[in-house]
Amino acid sequence: MVKYIVRRLVQSIPTFFGITLLSYLLLWLAPGSVVERLYLAPNIKAETRARLAKQLGIDDPFHIQYLRWLAGDDWLRWDSDGDGIADGSFTLLAPLDEDGDGIPEPPGDNYGILRGDFGRSFVKKEPVMDVFMANLLATLELGIAAILTSLVIGIPVGVISAVTRGRLFDNTSRVMAVIFDAVPNFYLAYILILIFAVGLDLVPIGGRCVPNLYGVCPPFYARMDYLILPTIVFAAGFVALFSRYIRTSTLEVLSQDYIRTARAKGLSPRVVNFRHAMRNAMIPVATLLGPIITNVWAGAIVIETVFAWPGVGRIAFTSAIQQDYPVVMGIVIFASLGTILGFLLSDILYVLIDPRIRLD
Amino acid sequence: MQADDLKLKLDAEAVLRSKSLTDLALARLWRDRLSMIAIAILLFLTLASIAAPLITGALGVDPNTTDASESKYLPLFSEGHLLGTDNLGRDHLARLLYAGQVSLFIGFMSAFLALVIGVTLGILTGYFGGVIDDVVNWIITTLNSIPGLVLLIVISAVFKPDANSLILVIVFLTWTATTRLVRGETLSIRSREYIVSARAIGASHFRIMQVHILPNVFSLTIVTLARNIGIVMLIEAALSFLGLGVQPPTATWGNMLSKSREFITKAPHLMIFPGLLITVVVLCLYVLGDGLRDAFDPTATD
Repeated sequence: MVKYIVRRLVQSIPTFFGITLLSYLLLWLAPGSVVERLYLAPNIKAETRARLAKQLGIDDPFHIQYLRWLAGDDWLRWDSDGDGIADGSFTLLAPLDEDGDGIPEPPGDNYGILRGDFGRSFVKKEPVMDVFMANLLATLELGIAAILTSLVIGIPVGVISAVTRGRLFDNTSRVMAVIFDAVPNFYLAYILILIFAVGLDLVPIGGRCVPNLYGVCPPFYARMDYLILPTIVFAAGFVALFSRYIRTSTLEVLSQDYIRTARAKGLSPRVVNFRHAMRNAMIPVATLLGPIITNVWAGAIVIETVFAWPGVGRIAFTSAIQQDYPVVMGIVIFASLGTILGFLLSDILYVLIDPRIRLD
Repeated sequence: MQADDLKLKLDAEAVLRSKSLTDLALARLWRDRLSMIAIAILLFLTLASIAAPLITGALGVDPNTTDASESKYLPLFSEGHLLGTDNLGRDHLARLLYAGQVSLFIGFMSAFLALVIGVTLGILTGYFGGVIDDVVNWIITTLNSIPGLVLLIVISAVFKPDANSLILVIVFLTWTATTRLVRGETLSIRSREYIVSARAIGASHFRIMQVHILPNVFSLTIVTLARNIGIVMLIEAALSFLGLGVQPPTATWGNMLSKSREFITKAPHLMIFPGLLITVVVLCLYVLGDGLRDAFDPTATD
């Protein structure tokens, strides 16, 4: 098992490398990037511009900039152009005092994303890591609530649907599943807001809580009402997905010999359906977990924006609009890491649940 | 001898007359009531959108004429404005029809382009393998590991696409699924006997891919096409909703919905219709997708 996990982790290294390359490439190509802003700004003098460009290292070739972004420049001490900033000639063995003035050049202060340094937000001026961490909890709260809700509803609906195949419950739940699959989540959100928040005034329109005097949210149980609508909207698609897959797998399991044997022994339908069948019918849950974790990140953007939920998704959206590239790239990479881990978790669970799967 | 010839000829005719897998599938689809309803609704909405200039001309309304006087937020069934007017006094029905043109075009076009790329790349990588296969696979794994909407929002915010470049952006993110599917199928077909014998009699790689592989993977991809159009339309709607897709004054169902949130209490119908149209179209595409899957299932019996 450990060997399998290690192998899977090693396999995801090229993928991670590809993700960083793609995000840096996007930044590089982006109109309105640092480079362009610098060169298009009307009231910067030519020499100031040149000095700034050198300081920021944006006149270096792409691969140097990329490597510096990836690995940082604190270990780069070779300042070939003598401006006092290590400029990306990457060798640890380089002399510390290249320009021969008797003072070693200072190293860069960027640790690189591989060591968790994503730079600072252009807008908030805080480290990207801090911005991300400050919003992560809200997204996790919403995401976990949505996944749990969808499991609690989706699994029983799928099993009951399979057991009552072709009858009213089955047909209704299948139609509902197709509809919830097709309805855009922001549209569902609006309709629910219109009915339950604006019309009936049962729940708040949006936000995560009413902060107390110190500007902090009250404990979880005191602000459940804020969580209800976003969770329902978030979970709707997942419920549809789970119930459909569970229904199919339960039907498959129910037609197997050991279920017939269990029935023939005279066990009650409840014991057969929920003890014998459900266990094996649960396997799709493991397979679906990876895609669903991916969907949490994507869904968070839309749902957090609609409900003004202060999470990572909303930060991703506002940063993208404000062209706050360090934050955006940080979130792309975090979300991708989350996805890679989600798929890994999915595969491990799959192996654990299904004894028929051999590791090699 | 003559009798044998005749028999051969009859057999050949029987083969000609017998139904192909596609004919059988289409016949099955024709009998599937739900799929036919879905097709009818899709056809109706597509034709209505295409005929938008005629319809609005006949009704005497225009999607972009703003009426600054008292005709803002007119309710449903107002005189001269069947579905009311929006915040600028523009006719809601006219805007819905014109928005349909853009939304449907983006959906159909992106899914079609993704299909073309997916089939081409899938067959090439599956057939040749080697370095191309490794590189394409690496790109696919990478793209699939980045949550699609996150990447899409970044790209859209950075490059600010119009309707046409939005198609390219969506294709950039959606070609992977079809490619994987076709690649897998090509891999399994490649080692079969009829391919080996085609190689043996000297058929070129191109001919093998064109004559022996393409028809076999084609039905597989056609089945996914309807569902993919639906997925693409949801993506476009989400992007336009966030204000990152097609920009006003060009209307799409997504950006109409986005604008409507500002007057959700004053004129809820401005929110309900665009969303309803997206939902209905995607629903029909999904239903049709399921119908196609069942109809093209080679193990199905009549």
